[in-house]
Amino acid sequence: MSGSNPTPGPGDTPLNAESDQKAPIKGATPEGESAPDAGTRPESLVGSAPEVSSEETEAQSSEAEVVGAGGGTAEVIEVREGMFGVQGTGDTSGYGGLSRTIEFPAASEPPFGGWWDQVYERIGTLVPNYGEVITKVVIHRGEITFHVAREHLFGLVRHLRDDAHLRFEFCSSVSGVHYPADTGSELHAVYHLQSMTYNRRIRLEVSAPDSDPHIPSVVPTYPTADWHERETYDMFGIVFDGHPALTRILMPDDWPGHPQRKDYPLGGIPVEYKGASIPPPDQRRSYN
Amino acid sequence: MTTFTAGGSNPAGDPYGAAADAAEGRVYTVTGQDWDSIVSEQAERGDERIVVNMGPQHPSTHGVLRLILEMEGESVHEARCGIGYLHTGIEKNMEFRSWTQGVTFCTRMDYLAPLHNETTYCLGVERLLDIEDQVPEKANVIRVMMMELNRISSHLVCIATGGMEIGALTVMTIGFREREKVLDAFELITGLRMNHGYIRPGGVANDLPDNALDHLKDLVSWMKKHLPEYAAFCNENPIFKGRLQDVGYLDLAGCLALGITGPPLRSTGYDWDLRKKQPYCGYETYDFEVQTWDTPDAYGRFRVRLNEMWESLKIVEQCVSRLEKMQGDPVMIGDRKIAWPAQLSVGSDGMGNSNEHIKHIMGESMEALIHHFKLVTEGFRVPAGQAYVPIESPRGELGAHVVSDGGTKPFRAHFRDPSFVNLQAMPALCEGSMVSDVVVAVASLDPVMGGVDR
Repeated sequence: MSGSNPTPGPGDTPLNAESDQKAPIKGATPEGESAPDAGTRPESLVGSAPEVSSEETEAQSSEAEVVGAGGGTAEVIEVREGMFGVQGTGDTSGYGGLSRTIEFPAASEPPFGGWWDQVYERIGTLVPNYGEVITKVVIHRGEITFHVAREHLFGLVRHLRDDAHLRFEFCSSVSGVHYPADTGSELHAVYHLQSMTYNRRIRLEVSAPDSDPHIPSVVPTYPTADWHERETYDMFGIVFDGHPALTRILMPDDWPGHPQRKDYPLGGIPVEYKGASIPPPDQRRSYN
Repeated sequence: MTTFTAGGSNPAGDPYGAAADAAEGRVYTVTGQDWDSIVSEQAERGDERIVVNMGPQHPSTHGVLRLILEMEGESVHEARCGIGYLHTGIEKNMEFRSWTQGVTFCTRMDYLAPLHNETTYCLGVERLLDIEDQVPEKANVIRVMMMELNRISSHLVCIATGGMEIGALTVMTIGFREREKVLDAFELITGLRMNHGYIRPGGVANDLPDNALDHLKDLVSWMKKHLPEYAAFCNENPIFKGRLQDVGYLDLAGCLALGITGPPLRSTGYDWDLRKKQPYCGYETYDFEVQTWDTPDAYGRFRVRLNEMWESLKIVEQCVSRLEKMQGDPVMIGDRKIAWPAQLSVGSDGMGNSNEHIKHIMGESMEALIHHFKLVTEGFRVPAGQAYVPIESPRGELGAHVVSDGGTKPFRAHFRDPSFVNLQAMPALCEGSMVSDVVVAVASLDPVMGGVDR
């Protein structure tokens, strides 16, 4: 998800500029839906293929089947080749020739519909440089995800909690996800926020590169994130700067490595059963 | 400063203890039957400030929870939790199994509310599959009924063990007696008393057995007869009230800041219940009230739980009457690319695939055999994306953050377990109180360590 890279490169443009550029495309999709999940219906995709760069031609071809969100191109994370470890001339099965593109739901452009626009516009009012703060908005299956640049997370959550029009006073959870193929922003922290006042839920997603796994802590705003961030540090090695006591919580204090990362093996031993040997789960053949 | 370590192991010889370097001053290792010598030795030192390690193996800490209490005499100055003793790597394991197999893993997290774990996971997977509207009505009714029965059994354990910890042993014995009745119903319907793996993406694993509805009606009437006993034993019992009232106080602001949900939040008077606020599985069609209380202490939480069991019973009754009209309806989604192909039945050699299904795939249709094989070994693919569908578990907001990369296995599944979050309130509830109140305060949060550590 290069769009959520906290340090925008020269090729990146702020979100508002991008939306201007893509504005004509929106005309192709039926507008005026007011239901919050209207934008996620597949029919709103029809005929709305936007401009994509030439490197993403592969993704463009299969976009319509895969993507559930309207408005943009799917986010290609990685392309996986082959299956079951068969390759080259010894492959008579054809599995080695399989190719699968890993695509995540595309970024959405305003208007999103319903209260999503109110929240988005309110953030725009409170945060003058919101194009830098919110690098991407994804609406998928009726849930809204704001991708936030990590250096702006601390200020944003304070607004989200305290502003009378937002009132996301409750942080449900913080969890980590490791995308090894998402070069430059491998580690993601995902925050689920709940507004009890307005009965709304949003998700924030913040990413950090593996080489610099630092994300500011939200504990000063949401004290409940204390243990969540400790767990995410324990499992992924994301360092939450400003956390009062960032120590391991589930694993022993002297444990090497961070178990939930994708490069950390599951472990296990083969089991003998009636003369056959059954490999451990992470070494069994899998369908990628 | 003095450090007490409960349990028989020698801290110096324990590779995981690492107590020797961390502790300042004298370290006592309490092994039992040595109280007199320790007390007299400590009395000579005249040092009142001691650090007590309560747990992780201690009957009153609700499982393998370690409480580190810094005490001055009998009052607790600082309290911290040590968790992780039951960490089993379930979330990591789920990344190596199919989406359906994930159910059999997450059911083991919060072992007192297994059906809630399964449901929130399945709701997340169903949202990613975009089949939320296609789940059959009967499956939703069964899910609601099972979850509400589970809420009753979970609250019973909370009240029972909470009673045991303050010496009210009768509350414990009657609590487990009623819970046993609920578990009998679970066994009849799912085949197991816990670790059911019953609620699956797309519906539930099996239809109700023929005698289930009669059994459930008996269960409801049994509960109606016996639930008043808890109120009679406890509500106005002066000892019970003396131990629980004003203990473990946490007001609404504290609950929101610390992320506390469930009965502790509702005991502040705030009627936050996801079954009403963000209905799922058709909860909006049932008639029940959200229970609140006006004292945010251990007693208020007890009363909220007690009243919630009555509300759950009301919902179970409504489910039973709906299910009577739904005999023969499907309990699994019609989409055969997602629905588990087989139905289970009890045969002469135990539980297994039903004879009709075996006959069909082995004797009649090769395509059905291939289909069964593909769906069971490979599983179905779930479109890439992420979903979070929280539900109201007996302990509060339980949610599964499921991430798919479009494959046949979860890319990541993280559970927001209410026990984990609620336990963060332990220092706020306990600091400044007596050590005897720590036990009551922790019990009033009802943490289940399987859910805390996952």
